[in-house]
Amino acid sequence: MSRPKREAAARRILEQSPPRVPPELYAEAVRRGGRMLRRRTALRRLTWLVLGAAAVAFAVWALTVQPWVEPPSETTPPMTGWEGW
Amino acid sequence: MRERHASHGARRAREFEAFVAGAAGRLLHAATLLTAEPPDANPRARHLLALSLAHTYAAWDRLHGEDPYDRTRQYLATRFAREAWHRHGGLGRSRGRPAGPLGGLSPQERLILVLRLYEGVAEEQAAALLGLPLERVRTLCDRAVATLLRPPARRAGPSGGTGHEDGDAVRGPAAGTRAGSRGRVRGS
Repeated sequence: MSRPKREAAARRILEQSPPRVPPELYAEAVRRGGRMLRRRTALRRLTWLVLGAAAVAFAVWALTVQPWVEPPSETTPPMTGWEGW
Repeated sequence: MRERHASHGARRAREFEAFVAGAAGRLLHAATLLTAEPPDANPRARHLLALSLAHTYAAWDRLHGEDPYDRTRQYLATRFAREAWHRHGGLGRSRGRPAGPLGGLSPQERLILVLRLYEGVAEEQAAALLGLPLERVRTLCDRAVATLLRPPARRAGPSGGTGHEDGDAVRGPAAGTRAGSRGRVRGS
């Protein structure tokens, strides 16, 4: 038997006796899909929340510590007693 | 805002319902062929299809013109491939051979047969979807067709032998080397 003929015969076997679609399939899919959507939304919200909290925390820390200001020197000893020279 | 959100959800539900009404019959038939269950008792196929449809529902707003049927079929196929892999790699080896016209085929052969012949997916697409070389898809499809058309007398060999073949076919070309090394380890 040639290839197209064999494939056609196999296709006929595959097409036999289609199953009946259960009526609850749609509701089940919507329930699961809705849960996936809600979970995704919640995760996205949580991510933004954490990012926002981190940004606020950094801003507060930076404003209080002010790391860009040069700290006062602590190594040079105070110069005293030079008037006598 | 909330109102718009609600109407958006309602429209999605309506569109999705129409899609399910049109596509569920064919997809369920494909899923039942994949799991090789009888048409009137197919819990695994139903579960598989419900998961795939749920996935499509969740991605409905981001389809961007993509065919939802295609999308569902893709998810169904890859999910089935993954499940078959896990089942045959682990405890499920001792499980009895499934019934139905495709019962004598390995899960991977069934998958390729259903994609190629029942769903009419092109060889190149099926190969890309399953991550297999094109020649392998062609060989597996030819073998599956031959097994399907052959009278079942030839297939009723010793059950242990066919079970082993099934496992090898699922795990692909690397299975032989892996099984060999495992054998050596166990032997020493």
